[in-house]
Amino acid sequence: MSPFSPQLEARFRELMQRYPARRSALVPMLLYAQDELGWLTPAAVQRIAELLAETELAVREVIGYYSMLRTEPTGKYHVQVCTNISCLLRGGDELYAHCERRLGVGHKQTAADGVFSLEEVECIGACSWAPAVQVNYDFHQELTVEQLDKILDAYAARARGERTDS
Amino acid sequence: MTTPHPLETRVVSRRFDQPDAHTLAGYLASDGFRALEKALAMAPDKVIEEVKASGLRGRGGAGFPTGLKWSFVPKQSPREKYVLCNADESEPGTCKDRLILEYDPFAIIEGMLICGHAIGAHRGYIYIRGEYRYLLDRMEQALAEARAAGYVGKNIRGSGFDFELHAHTGAGAYECGEESALMESLEGKRGIPRLKPPFPAVSGFMGGPTVINNVETLASIPPILLNGGAWFAAFGPPKNGGTRLFCLSGHVERQGVWELPLGFPLRKLIEDLGGGMRNGAKLKAVVPGGSSTPLLPGNVAWDLNLDFDSVAKVGSFLGSGGVVVVDENTCMVRFALRIMQFYRHESCGWCVPCREGTQWLQTSLTRFHNGGGRAADVDLMKEVSENILGRTFCALGDAAAMPTLSILQHWRQEFLDHLAGKPCPFGARTTAGAVGAH
Amino acid sequence: MADPALVHLTVNGQPLQVPAGTLLIEACKQHGIEVPSFCYYPNLSLQAACRMCLVEIEKMPKLQTACTVVVSEGMVVNSDSETVHRARKSAIEFILTNHPLDCPVCDAGGECELQDMTFKYGAEQGRFVEPKRHREEQQWSPVVYFDRPRCILCYRCVRACGEGMDVWALGVANRGINATIIPSHQDHLECEECGNCIDICPVGALTSGAYRYQTRPWEMQHVGAICTFCGDGCKTTLGVRNGEILRGDNRDKSGINGDFLCIKGRYGLDFTRHPERLKQPLARRDGELQPVSWGYALETAAKRWREIQKAQGAIGVIGSTRILNEEAYTLQKFARQVLGTPHLDHHRTADFPALFDALAGRGAESLARLDDLKTAPAVLLVGGDPTPQHPLTAWNLRWGYRQHKTRLYVLNSGDIKLRRQAYRYAQVASLAAAVRYLNGEGEAQSAPLTGVAEPSEKRWPQTPAAEVARLDEGLQDFRARLRQEQDVIIVFSGDIAGDSVRDLVAFGNSLSGQTRYLALADNANARGAADMGLYPDLLPGYVPVAAGQAGLNLEQMLAALPRQGLASLYVVGANPFRSHPVAAGDLKQTFLVVQDLFLTETARQADLVFPALCAYEKAGTVTNTGGQVQPQRRGGGCEGAKSDLEILHRLAAAMGEAAWGAADPDRTLQEIRAQVKGYDLPLAKLLAGEAPLALPLNGRVPRAAADLPLRPHHDTLFTAGTLGRYSATLNSVMEGRADKR
Repeated sequence: MSPFSPQLEARFRELMQRYPARRSALVPMLLYAQDELGWLTPAAVQRIAELLAETELAVREVIGYYSMLRTEPTGKYHVQVCTNISCLLRGGDELYAHCERRLGVGHKQTAADGVFSLEEVECIGACSWAPAVQVNYDFHQELTVEQLDKILDAYAARARGERTDS
Repeated sequence: MTTPHPLETRVVSRRFDQPDAHTLAGYLASDGFRALEKALAMAPDKVIEEVKASGLRGRGGAGFPTGLKWSFVPKQSPREKYVLCNADESEPGTCKDRLILEYDPFAIIEGMLICGHAIGAHRGYIYIRGEYRYLLDRMEQALAEARAAGYVGKNIRGSGFDFELHAHTGAGAYECGEESALMESLEGKRGIPRLKPPFPAVSGFMGGPTVINNVETLASIPPILLNGGAWFAAFGPPKNGGTRLFCLSGHVERQGVWELPLGFPLRKLIEDLGGGMRNGAKLKAVVPGGSSTPLLPGNVAWDLNLDFDSVAKVGSFLGSGGVVVVDENTCMVRFALRIMQFYRHESCGWCVPCREGTQWLQTSLTRFHNGGGRAADVDLMKEVSENILGRTFCALGDAAAMPTLSILQHWRQEFLDHLAGKPCPFGARTTAGAVGAH
Repeated sequence: MADPALVHLTVNGQPLQVPAGTLLIEACKQHGIEVPSFCYYPNLSLQAACRMCLVEIEKMPKLQTACTVVVSEGMVVNSDSETVHRARKSAIEFILTNHPLDCPVCDAGGECELQDMTFKYGAEQGRFVEPKRHREEQQWSPVVYFDRPRCILCYRCVRACGEGMDVWALGVANRGINATIIPSHQDHLECEECGNCIDICPVGALTSGAYRYQTRPWEMQHVGAICTFCGDGCKTTLGVRNGEILRGDNRDKSGINGDFLCIKGRYGLDFTRHPERLKQPLARRDGELQPVSWGYALETAAKRWREIQKAQGAIGVIGSTRILNEEAYTLQKFARQVLGTPHLDHHRTADFPALFDALAGRGAESLARLDDLKTAPAVLLVGGDPTPQHPLTAWNLRWGYRQHKTRLYVLNSGDIKLRRQAYRYAQVASLAAAVRYLNGEGEAQSAPLTGVAEPSEKRWPQTPAAEVARLDEGLQDFRARLRQEQDVIIVFSGDIAGDSVRDLVAFGNSLSGQTRYLALADNANARGAADMGLYPDLLPGYVPVAAGQAGLNLEQMLAALPRQGLASLYVVGANPFRSHPVAAGDLKQTFLVVQDLFLTETARQADLVFPALCAYEKAGTVTNTGGQVQPQRRGGGCEGAKSDLEILHRLAAAMGEAAWGAADPDRTLQEIRAQVKGYDLPLAKLLAGEAPLALPLNGRVPRAAADLPLRPHHDTLFTAGTLGRYSATLNSVMEGRADKR
């Protein structure tokens, strides 16, 4: 039984064709699997190993290496605050401290309601627009604490809205 | 879209203000694929000669002459050859490739096709860091358009030249910006760098001869082919051909990315493009080319011209073009700690000095910055850094040691001030360690 | 003129000459210049990770790792400069930053490479004042424990498991300071449990569940013994304290097995300490086996046998495939001369007589040693499954595949693990028919062939199974390809016998170059039992008995029991009733004497039981399946039991054979060297452990009757006939596995 949607399975099949050896598709497959499931569940690891005819150990070795890949769930919105040098000089630490206070969680922790999780991350390539925060894949740049608050408010509202919709 | 600054010389960024350049129609409307047409009509050797003549040096950080790199690929190879684009932009202080991927993705595609023709390769991959998802999407879109219009795939535009090209995502690893680690990652493995020799030009991706170039390098290829190598070389001082994108960040009034001819004065970059120091503060230090490069004291930086050789002369590197400006109110101990926190987090862990040394230095710097320093620590940290320098498997160890050593050298007094209990401008809080808990 | 294949270089001012292509670290080692390293390990892939072997090379700006640099003409190296010493000292300092200094309680203490290196090259003073990172110890299997902080990440275990064993059960997770070795199944290992990862670990990160925390290495005597399980003849170094064998390992790497030892050789030897070990003779009284004195037991046996001889009753003798050469030789002598019976046999698992018959008139050049598999250009493997049954043979085959691109042709009726190294694989219904076909007779069966396209060139594939290409060929192409090979080694198991072996040799002889042969028999001295003449129709050295003088074979003896056809059966170190159960009434008229370590299915039925010592408790020689003769040395002991040799001599004395005298393995070995064709081996080489080859090639070996059938054990990785059942460790591994299922 695949833990993935038929669309994702189809995408994997296409991905594996792109390379001289299908193992090349491993890192993208893991990231896309995580995008769909929220994290890399044991079933996901097993299925990807099976698709690539690799051992689960080989897959786990790779997962552990890449910092975006997770074997535990995060919040619906994963708030990643960059505090590397360019952001440090423009208030990245303050943004991070503010997130800790506002969300009530620390590094790599998920708030009790499951909406937000927090992570202090390394340079995300937004140096000339520092300080920057990435929420899931979305960049938010040249932020003040006030702007960040508004952004987080919007995400929180979206989470509430979606929940009532569904 | 970015509006050009009057001081800029827009070559690779010439389409940054064109709203539709990321679409095939927009690209074709502004000379798109004309360089490819020209290149395909040329003998492969002639293409390499043109690139050599341009003086183009790799824009990823190492600054290796691009034409020379291409010429190392053997003409005949029993194994398939590859062209790879390194879009794993991760060097702190650097955010230029992002703009090319966003505004001019076809230029990268065209550059890779030209390279493929020059070295006899028929397959390529664009390795984009995982965090740049919207750029991956944009590149996939561009590739789909290019494929549909016959610019990628079999018998490109009836030329008889085949080239298959795909975008590929990373998943968070600075080390994968190292060319051989990138190839490991592209083979679905941990991004551990490979032993060299053999070099990629002989044995790279899947063991085949491989050219791997940075995004900006590849995007520079079409204008070089269109206008000639000499035209490009004329932009900079001798052996430092062309223009490049500089990413200005830190304590300036205006951060930004601008394309300037090599040899452009750093002072002008800060004052004229960056609008001067933020709040009129005094310049203390400059990171000239990304976090791996030794920091320069303000007075040295102030008179510096931004080209490979000039920066090397004052003991640092032009690196990746990430210029980080640090003002007088900054604690350099904290700055050193943040740099070390990064390298400790990104060390692949393969070799002993880098794995253990970055951990040691981060722990010591954290303790030191938090007020637990001992007099012996200052020299010890210097020695530990020296013991990493030049002894690691890949350049990441050097990248961690060099900025640390430069800070310990130029700002030793600040360490002594910490020992004396002087208040730190950053306050007591130190996040360092959080990211480390990977 | 200098030899063009030699490269000249200078190290520390000393001129060296080494073959082109040599790694600098090996060049130095060959000339007695030590360049320290942790991650470098000969014949495993290069890592350049520990940075201990950094040296200065002229014209190179940075220090270079001697483990990755290939020597070049005129190279000038300094491995003894101030800079180099500083670099080494700092590498050790870095390694020690997070390495716990729990050496006093660490199993590796006293035999730890990090201790030795610190002693020799390290800093006298630690400068690291930060807290060390601690993690709890993990148990990965009944026999493998992992202490993460002690691990220095040299990746030797990962490579030994993957490249060496082709198991790939160890990996590296995380990165940077959090990088760690991980087992195949998250929190536990599922592997072949060979324990090579433990031996190869330079520190105490991987320790053995069977040995840990029992003793200190310097409290043990280290005895180089030959493993008593399969027929490959690996050396296992016994750690013996107060006569008790505490561990077996292969740290000194001096045996024919080099770096290798399998689970049985390493962990199986705890059968020596099994509580059910027999420690005094037993005699059946009132229907029960009861302890008796040695004197009583010996006298009883002698008395009964003399009575039977007088009454002209038949006596059968079944010998062992684990007893030493001296004992097997003495047993056949005892049977033929003292008991005066021709009914002598052993549990046969390979047809050596048929091989030597077919090779009649040819010399040593037609026999392959196990070692030869490491460099063979091509190997044909017929039958068997070496991975569990002949682990060293499998190791050597993998070695050849990895280091010399050996093309392995496999002919098998099943699907064996060595398929992953196979160049061509033919799965056939009948091996005999397939061999006949190879030899040019009969039809090619439609045998699907599978093979990996080409052996990997540089980077060992993580999972070789992944890229297997199906090849649409038949047995015809299999044969055609083999015919294009040169210098093939043909390895065959007990799955073929008699004329199939002769067909195979005939085919082998038709190939170009020098074809060599290797027969695989199951137990440690199966070859010795055959060479020493434990056959009803063959004397020592495969000399046929006089026409019409052949006795009953094993199957015939057992078949005779219900017919009350044997007045006595003497079973030495064998357990025939396990495979051929007998009813209680079958033995009514048979005086059954059993000599063994345990009360086996056979011993339980005996009238008289002699407690015997095992191979690790006595001295003598053994012959591995390839014919290499090695000395067996006495490790532990077992109070109350006696060696088979001593029991035989005492029995002979009790039977009135005064000339036999006391048991003396050295004297018996001299007799063997003088009497047994092919065993006139140089004593110095033999005792030095050089494993010289016995050459019982004698001309034709005519059999008295038909070829005797074979009954291979088909052992698994964790079983070894009767003996393995008494190993607590082997059993715990199997039970652990059953629990997980």
